[in-house]
Amino acid sequence: MCGIAGLIHRGKSSKVGHELQGMLQALKHRGEDSTGYALYGDTEGKNFIMRVKIGENVGEGSSSVAEDISVYDERKKVVESCLSEMGAKIIKADRVLPYSLRYEIEYNKDDLLNFSQKIESIEGVEILSMGKSLEVIKDLGNAKMVCDRYNLDKVVGTHAIGHARMATESGVDIKSAHPFWGYPFSDVSVVHNGQLTNYWNNRRILENKGMRFMSECDSELIAVYLAEKMRNGASLEEGMKDSLSGLDGVFTYFVATKDSLGMAKDTMAAKPLVLYESDDLVAMGSEEIAIRSLLPQEIDTYDPFDGEVKVWQI
Amino acid sequence: MANLKTSEKKTKAQSMGLHTEVLTGKTQQKFFNPDEAENFFYWGTYDVDFNKRIDLDVKDLDCKEANRKIDELMSQGYGTIVIKNPQGKHSLGVGILNKLNLIFEGSLGYFGVGSIDGPTVRINGRVGWSCAENMMAGKVVIEKNAGSCFGAAIRGGDLICKGSVGARTGIDQKGGTIIVGGDAGAFTGFMMQRGRIVILGDVGINLGDSMYDGTLYIGGKIGSFGSDAVESPMTKSDIDWLKRKLKVAEIGENYDVSKMTKVVSGKKLWNYDALEPTEKKGAI
Repeated sequence: MCGIAGLIHRGKSSKVGHELQGMLQALKHRGEDSTGYALYGDTEGKNFIMRVKIGENVGEGSSSVAEDISVYDERKKVVESCLSEMGAKIIKADRVLPYSLRYEIEYNKDDLLNFSQKIESIEGVEILSMGKSLEVIKDLGNAKMVCDRYNLDKVVGTHAIGHARMATESGVDIKSAHPFWGYPFSDVSVVHNGQLTNYWNNRRILENKGMRFMSECDSELIAVYLAEKMRNGASLEEGMKDSLSGLDGVFTYFVATKDSLGMAKDTMAAKPLVLYESDDLVAMGSEEIAIRSLLPQEIDTYDPFDGEVKVWQI
Repeated sequence: MANLKTSEKKTKAQSMGLHTEVLTGKTQQKFFNPDEAENFFYWGTYDVDFNKRIDLDVKDLDCKEANRKIDELMSQGYGTIVIKNPQGKHSLGVGILNKLNLIFEGSLGYFGVGSIDGPTVRINGRVGWSCAENMMAGKVVIEKNAGSCFGAAIRGGDLICKGSVGARTGIDQKGGTIIVGGDAGAFTGFMMQRGRIVILGDVGINLGDSMYDGTLYIGGKIGSFGSDAVESPMTKSDIDWLKRKLKVAEIGENYDVSKMTKVVSGKKLWNYDALEPTEKKGAI
């Protein structure tokens, strides 16, 4: 099943971490194998924020293999030396959990592809997100558990998307959890509800074009597909419209950038989505109860039609 | 189960429909005694008084608690129940099998008022997926929009949405009438078998795909016809029926129904041939 939720405030900031937690927790019956947040926080926009995973959560229900914690320490050292080798200056480093790192870095070169490839060439290391506003936080458990574990309640920002996952196509682990970063584009993230049936065909084609896949989760294809379109000069909205014919299967997905939030629904309209739009807020989710966690009063909502693509700016 | 010794009683029970067929590998017929009053008792129904009205706030109740409370109020004879703060909760007002005025002051989530037989429901808000699924009889009016699978597999009654609806409206419909004041999404009337669907606005692609029977009336543009769905000329009885139905539904006042497009099944699909399964095998 899986549930997705997203919101964008227009012209103001709010506690998006807390708001998205409420929306995703309302959808927890759609899956609580893992939950992920893509939060677009208020930053000065000068430095990059990089979220890195150097291991997996091997807690109850995980399909990952346990590793010795000393391996994580070793990987952390290698990541930090790699950063300094590439000329990235670490402004702030946090080790939120033994396997989860957050870096604020000063990096002025315009080669995120090369940068990411070098970091991810370290065994067991994956960049969860890279951007000047975006932070992707994902882990096993429901929305409340992940929010508490990473202290997301106080994150202030303009927009956010998130995902409550019921694992069907791949393992219960962080690498298969949503949101997916639109590698190697700064501040692009994707969440998806549905199944893609031409995943392997598209994956082969995109890998031949030099794109990278980190998991075997079909949803990752959307992030890679859009990133490849944008690499070739398409706008986000053009890429999303192309995806309606390029991707086969049933899907509703959200994609977010530094200043926008978009949704796309497949031509069969087989996956649910409810939308609320006002002058200062757009909220959407797989079910209306997600929106109701934000707006308990009576509001006007609607289901987008089949093949619909919409993009909102902050 | 009554043990009916006389064939007279057995015939009487059969003619009154008081017997069931239970398919458990081998057909078994079960007969109920037509002389026993309890066989005429419809489980889960209550005698209610429409003038007895009560408000029920479901803000802090989950769907099971709210539905139990509605049942309890009906058992106390309340015939008009106003539900406050439904706040998009799923499966509210399901399985009501008697006359009742049920009013929702707000929106419902998925499977709202499913499997009902008799009540008159007004929803002053929006409904999610599969509203009134399997409705047998009654009337449901939605003031705003509805999600996908609106009126899936209904057998009877009137289902009216004053706004727009999602995809697969009236999927597997087996009777009754669905009326939509706005637009409808893709696959409207998908595999419908009987009944009527009236859409005053536009419809999406694959209208009436693989429909067995039934009739669709479309007021606006049609995205595309589905497999085996064909246009049919409007007759005077169609126009009279539409005028009467829209008037009763209090929707589409002054709407020119004569300009609507009528869509029916072409009955050309394989399932309409007269071949037995064994003959089909030979034909292939």
